[in-house]
Amino acid sequence: MKKQQRFIMRTVILAVIALALGYTLFQTVFSDKEEPVAAGDMAPNFVLKDLDGNEVELEDFKGKGVFLNFWGTYCPPCEKEMPAIQRQYEKYKDQGVVVLAVDIAETELTVKKFAEEKNLTFPIVLDQQREVVDTYGVGNLPATYLISPEGEVLDKITGELNDTRVRDYMEQIKP
Amino acid sequence: MDKIKCECGHLNPYGTILCESCGKPIQEEADHQLLNMRYEGTARRSQTYNTNFVDKTWNFFSSVKVGVWLIVITLIASAIGTIFPQQMYIPQNVNPAAHYENEYGVLGEIYYLLGFHNLYSSWWFVLLLGLIGVSITVASIDRGIPLYRSLKNQRVTKHENFLKRQRMFGTTKRPEDEEQFIEEAIFRLKEKRYKVRREGNNILAEKGRFSRWGPYVNHVGLIIFLLGAMLRIVPGMYIDEDMWVREGETKAVKGTDREYYLKHEQFVLETYDPKEERYSDALNRVGGTVVKNYQSDVVLYKADKKLPGAKPELTEVKEYPIQVNRPLQFDGFSVYQVDYRQEMSEMSFQLQNKETEDAIGEFTVDLQNPKNEYDLGDGNKVILRNYYPDFYFDKERNQPATRTNVPNNPAFIFNMITPETPDGEIAFIGIRQNLDPSGENQYKIAFNGVDTEFITGLTVNRDYTLPIIFVGGIIFMIGVVQGLYWNHRRIWLKLNEEEVWVAAHTNKNWHGIKREVDDVTSKLQLNPAIDQQEKKKER
Repeated sequence: MKKQQRFIMRTVILAVIALALGYTLFQTVFSDKEEPVAAGDMAPNFVLKDLDGNEVELEDFKGKGVFLNFWGTYCPPCEKEMPAIQRQYEKYKDQGVVVLAVDIAETELTVKKFAEEKNLTFPIVLDQQREVVDTYGVGNLPATYLISPEGEVLDKITGELNDTRVRDYMEQIKP
Repeated sequence: MDKIKCECGHLNPYGTILCESCGKPIQEEADHQLLNMRYEGTARRSQTYNTNFVDKTWNFFSSVKVGVWLIVITLIASAIGTIFPQQMYIPQNVNPAAHYENEYGVLGEIYYLLGFHNLYSSWWFVLLLGLIGVSITVASIDRGIPLYRSLKNQRVTKHENFLKRQRMFGTTKRPEDEEQFIEEAIFRLKEKRYKVRREGNNILAEKGRFSRWGPYVNHVGLIIFLLGAMLRIVPGMYIDEDMWVREGETKAVKGTDREYYLKHEQFVLETYDPKEERYSDALNRVGGTVVKNYQSDVVLYKADKKLPGAKPELTEVKEYPIQVNRPLQFDGFSVYQVDYRQEMSEMSFQLQNKETEDAIGEFTVDLQNPKNEYDLGDGNKVILRNYYPDFYFDKERNQPATRTNVPNNPAFIFNMITPETPDGEIAFIGIRQNLDPSGENQYKIAFNGVDTEFITGLTVNRDYTLPIIFVGGIIFMIGVVQGLYWNHRRIWLKLNEEEVWVAAHTNKNWHGIKREVDDVTSKLQLNPAIDQQEKKKER
């Protein structure tokens, strides 16, 4: 009887500690604090002004696949992937795919000149207060979130993209 | 695994070394040896049962050796973690994997791969701390409970073998009047503030038993401390965020989920006045200026929550000057002044005739929000063709570019339009650079001045784990004090047919107990108790 009690006691104590330790490990290692928005989450809604001063809300695009791209003119790989995104956007915009490019904390003038120079036609919004960047926990640039027509984040991709990859991603979010 | 019955009738658990009740040595060793009084000779259970997986795990962690090794490994890992900088101290805009490899070679690569670059978040470091926690808990339970039982069960009457083999032991011829002797003995022991119990012709005097709980109390403190540290990772328990706010800017307070906003009205940087007599000597000695005050005058607002990016409706909560160590406090948050930097905010230029250097007009560019066009009147205007806040020349693409979005090194491409040059002339203006790409310009833009502004560096902190860690720390200290400043002393007196026996034991500070025993024996006219360990050394 006593032996059994001791066994139960020991098992309980070890199990409690193991659980606490497991939770700690899980929190520190697997759920990266830097990434509040990950694949499988619903994409947090936001509203930002575009280059013409109009408000653009993410939910406006509900029903469309959203190719949400975070970038800056100071980021060479962002600059390099822009033409590819523009080319694929032209092919997919009639198939319910929209590109929403969020520029991070730059002046309107810089971004406008850049868009003109590269002939970008998709909506570009300015996150001057970095609120959206912080909400999404964007780290390295460029960062692209693939958002399904239902508003779910299907994937987060960091790094420069080429035509093939952009096309594959747009296929993925096409309604 | 049966219990062992001692002569005195007490049932001891298997593995017991000294009977819990009378102290008779159960596992006989050579008769003359001194007894090992560690843990009162109780059966450390871990060492006796070793049957299934749970027991084996338990016994592993019960070992002090294992615990010490875990601590040593953790210490070595922490030391290695200081060899190269931690990730938070390397530049934010680089890929850490590449950075460590480039800066420190193969060692840096290994450092990164093993997670030393982010030591406190690497899984094996957290695991080590957790295992230390397991070790502390298990080892304490395994030793503390038997020790408590044993001290609670101890009898006044001890077996002769127990007394004889104590470190302090002495014998004297039995006195005439035993009742008077015992009463005097009790009086003398009580005088020394012992708690005295009597059982026939046996006396047990004891004091400071609670000092034995010291190590267990401090382990409880440590476990609470570890628990508090662990709670930091629970979302919302611990917030520690940095934010930069320029003068005049209103920004969401990080970590508050845009519930609070903060406007930075102005930054105050005061230095000690070298002309003031009482400072001048010291300031001369140091050479240069010494800052007296860093201060951000801010207004705190509460916001009705809107979507990220939307302009919130703000209600003022309070105005507050944040100074070093005088944080703005609200709702559990503290906002500290930690840093500042100065940035260019505006640049002024003059449009001039290139030959005569006659000024045609002046304009100022706001570096945070430049305009497209600056009208100078009389048909003169300057169009800002492009703006590079942190200019560098990208050789790869053979064009000007910007390194960051911060105006560290602003450069501009202007188009100058005058009635004489309606098609415009291009000028490139940067710091210490003034290029005329065509070489045929009639006009030029001259640098006319720069304005700077302060950007304050604030840290937002909220730590709900602090009280827990604090309580853990206090309990730890209580345990340490309890174990260090008190000793558990026991003196046994036994009258047998012919002699009076005195034996004494303490868990530390033998010098102290010797003085007490000597004092008591001399007052009772007994032979002094002899330190058998020292006697052995002499031999």
